[in-house]
Amino acid sequence: MATVEDYGQFETAWCPGCGNHSILKALKTALAELDLEPHQTLLVSGIGQAAKMPQYLNCNMFNGLHGRSLPPATGARLANPKVKVIAVSGDGCNYGEGGNHFLAALRRNPDITLLAHDNQIYGLTKGQASPTTAQGQKTKAQPGGQPSVPFNPIAVAVAMRVSFVARAFSGDEEHLADLIVQAARTPGFALVDILQPCVSFNKVNTFGWYKQRCYKLGEEYDPTDWGAAVVKASEFGEKIPVGVIWRGDRAPFEDFAPGGGKRALAEHRVDKAALADVMQSFA
Amino acid sequence: MSETAINILVGGEAGQGLATIGQLMTKALVRAGYEVSVTQDYQSRIRGGHNTFAIRTGPDPIHGPETGVDILVALNQETVDLHRDALKEGGVVVAGEGIEADDCQCLRVPFKKLAPKAIYQNVAALGVLGSTLCGEFGILEKLVSQTFAKKGEEVVKANLAVLRDAYDWVKEQDYSFACMPPAPQGNEGRLMLHGNEALALGALAAGCNFLSFYPMTPSTSIALTLIGKGGELGLVSEQAEDEISAINMALGASYAGARSCVTTSGGGFALMIEGVSLAGITETPIVIFLVQRPGPATGLPTRTEQGDLNLALYAGHGEFPRALLTPGTVEECFHLAHLAFDLTERWQTPVFVLSDQYLADNYRSVEPFDLDALPETSSPLLSVDDPAGYRRYALSEDGVSPRLIPGYTKALVKVDSDEHDEFGHIEEGPENRIAQNEKRLAKASGLRGEVIPPELFGEENPDLLLVCWGSGLGACLEVSEILTDQGKKVATLHFKQVWPLREDQFMPFLEGAKTVVGVEGNATGQFARLLRQETGFVMDGMVLRSDGYPLNAEYVLKALESLV
Ligand SMILES: Cc1ncc(C[n+]2csc(CCOP(=O)(O)OP(=O)(O)O)c2C)c(N)n1
Ligand code: SF4
Repeated sequence: MATVEDYGQFETAWCPGCGNHSILKALKTALAELDLEPHQTLLVSGIGQAAKMPQYLNCNMFNGLHGRSLPPATGARLANPKVKVIAVSGDGCNYGEGGNHFLAALRRNPDITLLAHDNQIYGLTKGQASPTTAQGQKTKAQPGGQPSVPFNPIAVAVAMRVSFVARAFSGDEEHLADLIVQAARTPGFALVDILQPCVSFNKVNTFGWYKQRCYKLGEEYDPTDWGAAVVKASEFGEKIPVGVIWRGDRAPFEDFAPGGGKRALAEHRVDKAALADVMQSFA
Repeated sequence: MSETAINILVGGEAGQGLATIGQLMTKALVRAGYEVSVTQDYQSRIRGGHNTFAIRTGPDPIHGPETGVDILVALNQETVDLHRDALKEGGVVVAGEGIEADDCQCLRVPFKKLAPKAIYQNVAALGVLGSTLCGEFGILEKLVSQTFAKKGEEVVKANLAVLRDAYDWVKEQDYSFACMPPAPQGNEGRLMLHGNEALALGALAAGCNFLSFYPMTPSTSIALTLIGKGGELGLVSEQAEDEISAINMALGASYAGARSCVTTSGGGFALMIEGVSLAGITETPIVIFLVQRPGPATGLPTRTEQGDLNLALYAGHGEFPRALLTPGTVEECFHLAHLAFDLTERWQTPVFVLSDQYLADNYRSVEPFDLDALPETSSPLLSVDDPAGYRRYALSEDGVSPRLIPGYTKALVKVDSDEHDEFGHIEEGPENRIAQNEKRLAKASGLRGEVIPPELFGEENPDLLLVCWGSGLGACLEVSEILTDQGKKVATLHFKQVWPLREDQFMPFLEGAKTVVGVEGNATGQFARLLRQETGFVMDGMVLRSDGYPLNAEYVLKALESLV
């Protein structure tokens, strides 16, 4: 049985009151609930405050480059079925620098759980606008207000009918942990976009701001109804739905990539006879 | 220049099937036991434009391309117009009716009659060419049968009839062209391979089982060969959304246990560079096949150049070791690709194989590689004695730490792009930084210890020493032979690894020659500068080519005239 304690206790470099703390706790709870032992878990991250998450967990980690959590996660998933692959990073990392990879992941639908810490700001670089910052919101780098409209990752993921799309709020740890468990149990791409206050740089989307607006989707909501999901996905403002927005039945990428994710490539050895035949095809 | 070699140039528009004719003819020559060297020139378009497929062939070893043409196969008028002047004395133009070739000896092939449908034209051309060279009909017959076997007996029969007619038609014509001298015995069973195919086979022989790539000429055919031939050998591949993804995906796969590579060219590689640094600091093995074409930016997308040595050498921010392998022949493509996977695994640092468009598309007749003679490539660990104490970045004398694949043991494998401690956790303190940095850099001396020495062709103390790297080898060898035949003392020194360098392996040669000339396919002499930077040695002269075409003997000889 895996326990929360297996995942260790680390001192973090996050600000007191930052939403990342609760996400870390929820993730540990979820991993224990999933009965994944540390050596069976692989956290792949980019760069940013959120991306430091793997540093604070006792498990395998690939802490790569800014914006690039999904490509190595995909490569690792294709190469090694022995570990559960979870990508963790911020909104800037996933939707800005890594936007093309996010789109490609939605197209592929690999068996990866993506935890996108969405604080609607760049934390690590001290408060510039992120792709999810509201239009008009002022920052030091956008003193006249962010000129673009925010990217809606949920709507795009629903549009692509990936396996699982949820929105969560870091302020409700228990609910978040449950959503992570559901995401990780889904074969195929599972996006959990987690609203997370950045106490240092986002003075608009505060804990109170989210708390006031987030409401849980009820029993009556059917996440397999695509039309309804499209509508819910665009709800963001005075009211913000949290919970499973969409649950699809697209087959995971690994079903299509030849040999992908089924064989452990580390055990591969050259079949010399077969290679000799291949060579002869050039004669 | 090889007295016995002839140069066949097939020219036409893209889409006219010239590559098919060229490939069929090359295969027939290889099967007959001849040596071949193919130079392909194409444009960045799918139809139209002017393309050529040049086959230099003969019974004796051939080093590289030649400008003069013996048989000009013209699929359109433009081919005659552009290449008529290159036709050698006694040369012949092979052209369909309606193509003008005044004052040339011309075999005007009645394609309409010989090939009742346009789809038979390639086979008709093969019959005509084979017959012109006095090739054995049986070889052509077998080749055509095999080529069309999948399409059914009827198609094979129809094509064989066309082949026969075309072959016999030549015999009735009144023209003079010397038959090819007989092929040497003992060349049976050779393969027809171009550089990119050989790189792919070398990778597969090393156990490469993961490829992520984004298409870019002239590297694409490595990926296509790996995918086409590697699928049944267990290769997993993915066409990434861009080069940034390609290298990061390959690194993720490598970390998780795959033997990974990426294939790319200049601009694509430029996008991968941050990932090269990631490989450097995470110490994740990766082989980068960088097939050069002329830049900057899009440059000449389908031509050749050795212009990215500096790019590969300095790619990446920060400091970390690397190795750059530069094959000079198709055989070397195979062996160096194989070696690259072993090096990157053993030293856990990026390894480059630097080729170029000329070598990429250069078909050769090669002996099948002896797979049993290949050394085993080293592998990462699947278990460790003390999982709890496992440290991915344990300090060590040679800089190499035990590389464990996650998921097999209770040990946790942590890799980090931030500076990290021995366990892989962020650690920014100065002492740790120095220790980890020194650990990574220590691998450089290990890599230096096993550098492939440059190969000397010719005498040790020549009057003229030609220094080249990568695909420049063929041209230099041919020049050396020509000048030696003229009674001069000439040698060639070829580098198949350009980084790291070891002075003791080559300084005696440089110092023992009267005149040393660098020969490179770029405009600034990047390798000569590197040698100078590392050793202080200054070349007496340089032969540089950067017009998009491969170095060849004529070009080098002409440039030498003004030097020595
Ligand atoms: C290629 C590259 N560009 C820029 C940076 C600098 N950088 C580090 S984190 C970051 C933004 C992080 O924002 P986000 O992903 O939203 O994460 P947060 O810190 O808010 O959790 C940037 C721009 C970098 N490390 N690498
Ligand atoms: S800067 Fe913002 S995101 Fe970063 S730790 Fe502080 S509160 Fe959290």
